[in-house]
Amino acid sequence: MTTPATGAHAQAGSHGHEPGHHEVSFFHKYLWSTDHKMIAMQYLFTGTALALIGGYLAYVFRMQLAFPGHDVPGYGLVTPNRYNSLVTMHGSIMIFWVAMPVLVAAFGNFLIPLMIGCDDMVFPRINRLSYQVFLVSAIILLASFFVHGGAFGGAWTSYPPLSAKGVYNLTPIGASLWLVAVALEFVAFLLGGINFIVTTMNGRAPGMRMWDIPVVVWMIVIASVLFMASVGPLIAGAVMLFFDQRLGTAFFDPGRGGDPLLWQHLFWFFGHPEVYVVLLPALGMVAEIMAVFARKKLFGYRTILYTTWATGILSFVVWAHHQFIAGIDPRMANVFTITTLLISVPITEMIFVYIATLYGGSIQFTTPMLWALSFVAEFLIGGVTGIFLGASGADIYFHDTYFVVAHFHYTFFPSAIIGMFAGLTFWYPKMFGRMLNETLGKIHFWGTIIAFNVIFIPLFITGAAGDQRRIYNYALFSEQERPGLQHLRELSTIGVIVLLAFQVFFLFNFFWSLRHGERASENPWLSNTLEWTVPSPPPHGNFAELPTVYRGPYEYATPGRKEDYWPQNAPITPIEEGAL
Amino acid sequence: MSAPARSIANLRSVTGIPTARLVTWWVIASEMFIFGGLLASYVMHRLAHPEWAIAASNTNTKAGAFNTFVLLTSSLFAVLAHKAADAEDGKGAAKYLRLTALGGFLFLIVKGFEWTHEIREGFVLASGGFWSFYYTVAGLHALHVLAGAIIMLIFAVDAAKNVNLPRVQCIGLYWHFVDIIWIFLFPLLYIAK
Amino acid sequence: MLQRFATSGSTFAPQIDHLILLIAILVGFWFLAAEFALFWLCFRFRRREGHSAQYITGEEKHLSKWVTWPHFAVIVCDIVILIPAILVWVNVKQSSPPAEQTVRIFSQQWAWSFQEPGPDGALDTADDIRTVGDLHVKVNATYHFELQSRDVLHSFSVPEFRLKQDAVPGRAITGWFKTTRTGTFDIQCTQMCGMGHGLMAAHIIVETPEQHAAWMKSVSNPAAVATSVVAPAPGTGASTEDSKFAEVRQ
Repeated sequence: MTTPATGAHAQAGSHGHEPGHHEVSFFHKYLWSTDHKMIAMQYLFTGTALALIGGYLAYVFRMQLAFPGHDVPGYGLVTPNRYNSLVTMHGSIMIFWVAMPVLVAAFGNFLIPLMIGCDDMVFPRINRLSYQVFLVSAIILLASFFVHGGAFGGAWTSYPPLSAKGVYNLTPIGASLWLVAVALEFVAFLLGGINFIVTTMNGRAPGMRMWDIPVVVWMIVIASVLFMASVGPLIAGAVMLFFDQRLGTAFFDPGRGGDPLLWQHLFWFFGHPEVYVVLLPALGMVAEIMAVFARKKLFGYRTILYTTWATGILSFVVWAHHQFIAGIDPRMANVFTITTLLISVPITEMIFVYIATLYGGSIQFTTPMLWALSFVAEFLIGGVTGIFLGASGADIYFHDTYFVVAHFHYTFFPSAIIGMFAGLTFWYPKMFGRMLNETLGKIHFWGTIIAFNVIFIPLFITGAAGDQRRIYNYALFSEQERPGLQHLRELSTIGVIVLLAFQVFFLFNFFWSLRHGERASENPWLSNTLEWTVPSPPPHGNFAELPTVYRGPYEYATPGRKEDYWPQNAPITPIEEGAL
Repeated sequence: MSAPARSIANLRSVTGIPTARLVTWWVIASEMFIFGGLLASYVMHRLAHPEWAIAASNTNTKAGAFNTFVLLTSSLFAVLAHKAADAEDGKGAAKYLRLTALGGFLFLIVKGFEWTHEIREGFVLASGGFWSFYYTVAGLHALHVLAGAIIMLIFAVDAAKNVNLPRVQCIGLYWHFVDIIWIFLFPLLYIAK
Repeated sequence: MLQRFATSGSTFAPQIDHLILLIAILVGFWFLAAEFALFWLCFRFRRREGHSAQYITGEEKHLSKWVTWPHFAVIVCDIVILIPAILVWVNVKQSSPPAEQTVRIFSQQWAWSFQEPGPDGALDTADDIRTVGDLHVKVNATYHFELQSRDVLHSFSVPEFRLKQDAVPGRAITGWFKTTRTGTFDIQCTQMCGMGHGLMAAHIIVETPEQHAAWMKSVSNPAAVATSVVAPAPGTGASTEDSKFAEVRQ
């Protein structure tokens, strides 16, 4: 069968009745669709559901840290073994099954065809397959909670020999299921990434040159390239680790000629570019939102692109900063500390460009803009604290402490969570045809941001005070048993509870507005990019008439024009041509 | 009116390169990184373990050489298939595709004999570092040969009817990649003793 | 600065602390500058009646210099940080000052054990002292350590000394330290090593030479004859067939 799902309306809750509409079964519309918008929704809902699970896991282990030895309400007793599973699964879920599907797959799928002016991805059926593989990976991962021994407990980094032998990690079935789930997730994103890259390369509307492509599309494409180049060696490593686990090979077993450090290199060669895979889409969405709500061109579109490519390329030569004290040749550390501090340079320039975009603007503090601005404010903390870790001499102290945990949450949370909320609040009208409630949106924003800082600022302090990672109870360490530190741990835990509680506002807003929100026009934000030229939500096929593009995406406040925005597909009238 | 079989995006080509070919290149690129990682790991280990040469001396260089010849020849058929497809000769393209696939199956049969012999000698996946890499890398490669041969046969069905001829070039590209991986494998696993 | 959070007990701790302070000052400056710019621009250019946005491409020299010059200043700051960072690293991890004693540190699921020279001062002799959980060393003395693992990866970390090194099975990784004050200091394992990762607490007890001698006397076996003993092969569990191990100078 070669026909894609026909007549499939993009989203739940939409009631479009355009000519040519014909009835499609629930199965075809929601579960077997090849429409990029529906696939985006599938990724979005799966990712956010897993985010709730990941958040719950964090609640449980933070309760153990705040009140050690007490039963956690809604869970029970956290034994040392279960603690290890909780932190392992929290990290794995958040990176692979929340950040990636929401930022890359959901927004990539929804936005790319719309923003480049075509009707779908170049291979819609491969697109559908990518989600199905992803869903299978998520199911396998969740199933691992229920097997004998429980979910894998060897940390999301899965270092052998701990991860290779069940007698060491005590979660042997979970360990293999975890590995299979991760490998399948990688395959899903390879499949998806190919669509993103090739559709952007080949499917653009006539007139859209490279420099007319919106930044967020560029970012998702570059992220897909980074992912594709970095994940290959880790797929090889995953096969090797799986064989060590199940077939008695000794790739990583030092007693039989293997090398545990090989896994670390393979893992982090992927692991470092991976953080940029997660960061870039968020940066892209923030750029779009800032331009729209400051009513201004981006301060340096090409600078943003060049610094992104520079960061992406450099990201392949910094990986061993995760292994400074791992037993690598110490001379290598000198090389990697130089490359690591070097990579801070293009990213810093990009952030300066973002801030400079505000200059001369006319800034509206809508909910999406609040999220976008808070991304910059919070990511700055993540970025500067990274310097402490990238400088090898300082990393000797901070490595594997809570300082690292706080650092990467100040980069991951802005990317995965703030980026998600920025994108969702901004594109919700286009996705669902309704406006979200601004008041609820702002309550949700402030509660989330404040709670986020309450969780992680204390952890910088406890980390600097010597709290090492992945320890389920500091009672055995007299230097860590000080009341001041315990109060900080409790404060952090309270932050988690408050953060989770405030998500109720978002969930309510999201679902209530689907039915009762004000109906959205085509272009409620007066934005220039092509997705705002179609109905909200867009019909199957997106454009009744495929657009032609005449200019870049950031022509705001162009002199000589009555309106302060200029859509990419608006033809130039003779009068305007004369005036400009 | 029947629904279009392809999205409009699929029919466009802003870069001038046909979409299917672009996709094929990206698939090959990602596969290169997978094999690259595996081979780099092997080379690093091999350099650190000179004694692996003893284990490696048990591989069947003649079989490996024959298989190299088989794959190179089958790649030649893949090129001829592409030429036929370009000339709109669907039947010719299908014939050469089938010959290429035949080469792939011959490769796998030879490998089957090779491995049966080695397993009987007691060299299995867990027999030591060299053998773990040997079976993993060659096994992964063999899976790609098998997949490629099967896809080739499927594409040959359409090609014979002069339908979907651009796919012939794409699967041919994939086949060349499979060939090139083997060109690296053969010296590393068979010749380096 | 870190004195507030953790006191220090080794000679290289102050060097690391000074490096951390330097980084804190430099990044702190940029952080505050960037946040200030962000908040100030939000306030200054908030939407107001009668004011519209300006058309700014980013190529205007009088504006782009605000990005370009800070960009170069950041590069300079990075270099200023890199130089001491590498110097500290080389001192702690690459150099190996002459040591009075060598101690061997064993990590395993889930305990730390130690092998120290006995009264004869030499390691791998019959009067070596083996302890579990407590490592006794003399204050103001330079020690070499040899870190091994018997099963999975562990990591030997003494926050008060700013000392940290992963233990890799199959290797003996060396390092050094010189303590500066007496006391009992925590050893935390800082590499995920399974169920007992948080349970393998140990201590390093720094004593005056007199206290140390007294301790040694109380645990030694005077009847032991000082003969040579082959060093135990590091690595995995009971496996002794692989006697090769790589010694890594740290």
